[in-house]
Amino acid sequence: MRNILIVARKEIQEGLRNRWVLATTLLLAGLALSLTFLGSAPTGTVGVRALDVVIVSLSSLTIFLVPLIALLISHDAIVGEMERGTMLLLLSYPVARWQVLLGKFVGHLSILAFATLLGYGAAAGALAVTGAEIDAQSWTAFGSMIGSSILLGAAFIAVGYLVSALVRERGTAGGIAIGIWLLFVLIYDMALLGLLVVDQGQTLSGGFLNALLLLNPADAYRLFNLTGSAGVSAFSGMAGVAQNATLNPSVLLAALAAWALVPLGLATLAFSRREL
Amino acid sequence: MTGTVEIRDVVKRFGKVEAVRDVSFSLPEGETVALVGHNGAGKTTLMKLMLGLIKPTSGSISVLGDDPVAGQFEARRRLGYLPENVSFNAALTGSETLAFYARLKREPAKSVAPLLDRVGLTHAAGRRVGTYSKGMRQRLGLAQALLGEPRVLLLDEPTTGLDPALRQSFYEIVEELRGRGATVLLSSHALTELEERAGRVIIMNRGIKVADGTLDELRRIARLPTRIRLKVTGTGLANVPNWLGPVDGWRRINGQMVEIDAAPDRKIEVLRRATDEGAPVEDLDVIPPTLDELYAHFLLTQEAAR
Repeated sequence: MRNILIVARKEIQEGLRNRWVLATTLLLAGLALSLTFLGSAPTGTVGVRALDVVIVSLSSLTIFLVPLIALLISHDAIVGEMERGTMLLLLSYPVARWQVLLGKFVGHLSILAFATLLGYGAAAGALAVTGAEIDAQSWTAFGSMIGSSILLGAAFIAVGYLVSALVRERGTAGGIAIGIWLLFVLIYDMALLGLLVVDQGQTLSGGFLNALLLLNPADAYRLFNLTGSAGVSAFSGMAGVAQNATLNPSVLLAALAAWALVPLGLATLAFSRREL
Repeated sequence: MTGTVEIRDVVKRFGKVEAVRDVSFSLPEGETVALVGHNGAGKTTLMKLMLGLIKPTSGSISVLGDDPVAGQFEARRRLGYLPENVSFNAALTGSETLAFYARLKREPAKSVAPLLDRVGLTHAAGRRVGTYSKGMRQRLGLAQALLGEPRVLLLDEPTTGLDPALRQSFYEIVEELRGRGATVLLSSHALTELEERAGRVIIMNRGIKVADGTLDELRRIARLPTRIRLKVTGTGLANVPNWLGPVDGWRRINGQMVEIDAAPDRKIEVLRRATDEGAPVEDLDVIPPTLDELYAHFLLTQEAAR
């Protein structure tokens, strides 16, 4: 346990030093703040539901940005250190490989969590300061949005590690990471939509569609946040979906958690079998 | 007697390549041993095996009584390793880097500053490692290997990239540790690099242990001839065998010099005759076989035996 924390501490230290933490926090805060204030301009004053509007726009932002940031910091974690030669020295120390990987995971996730919390928190804080009324239900929805955003980040960090543990060169890891991002964030939904249009509701059952949605962490995240709370689903135009949804929030959260844990386990396995 | 490092019949294959073939040796306490061989001779592979970073295909290894691949970390805490081309994360400072490694070895944070001082990096402790020169990185590498008073030090080509003054102070530090009972294994691609610092030399070629012994023992086994150069006066050059007696190999270098390859047991005899009264010799030089010649000899005999 202590080894994991030592490695995590070093990752955070490095993240602070090479400005990763600063850059991600500023990026998320900047986008969140502009979405909060510019995004509500066309709809006018929405009154008590101001924070719900923010949740809708921020979770759409998260789906694009958080997986990208997560993959960027994680794809290099193993193969990069091996290529630079720092891994050889590290593993000659009294520390197990799974401890190294888990330590990195804790460190990278802390960086991402810090940036998300601070960046999105700034948006909510600004809203509260400007006098918008926010009820408890909205705060809960906002809190679970931040929590699930971090979980989504964890899933993509784990996927990035798996890539990093399997490939031989950094360039390959980078390429595959971009491919994974494109696949899960853009192509998957388009393909799913195309499939539904072609099928015209003839053969595909609701259960099959649910399974397909759970197979993509980004979709699980989207469903969790856009249908999770009554107020939010009203704004996201997903109210109809929310009523018919057979996937309840806990299933969606479990899918996200599985997306974090399974790749992390596989990455540990691949890393421990790898010869230096 | 068992040493701190025991290697028995170790074979390591990477696919079809046999990096280490049936190597056995034992390293005792308080000794500096040099592992010498060309690039690709299996030196680094042997060190990785001792560290437990890779598993032997067959054979057994024990380091400080532990099997290094078994995941027992007790031995690793007492082990220092300096990899070839050591590198560190460029974003952290020298003292932050060393503090990280100290924590992993459960060494107190206060051990960092004296170590940096010992390798002469105090002035650069607060600078990022990315700004360090090659020699400074090498010194930081040595500092991390010295963390926690190691019982076994594995140094892979430690002096490449160090200037002569640094090399000197490097060997002083190694010698001090050895004096306190540590086993030091140095690898090098040339015997001359070691400048006779090692008590014992193990020569590797293509994964096979070719020679193992002290430099004097190796010299005896190799029976390399000593070169004797004589500066001859007057007409002495015309009839060398007359006054020198029968010698196997001799040749003229120029109008005044004769060079003789004297086998170890004939050396004294040749010298006696050359310095005999009446011998037309004005000056003489005795050149013992160099370490490079010794190294080349062992490589050649092994190649010939294949």
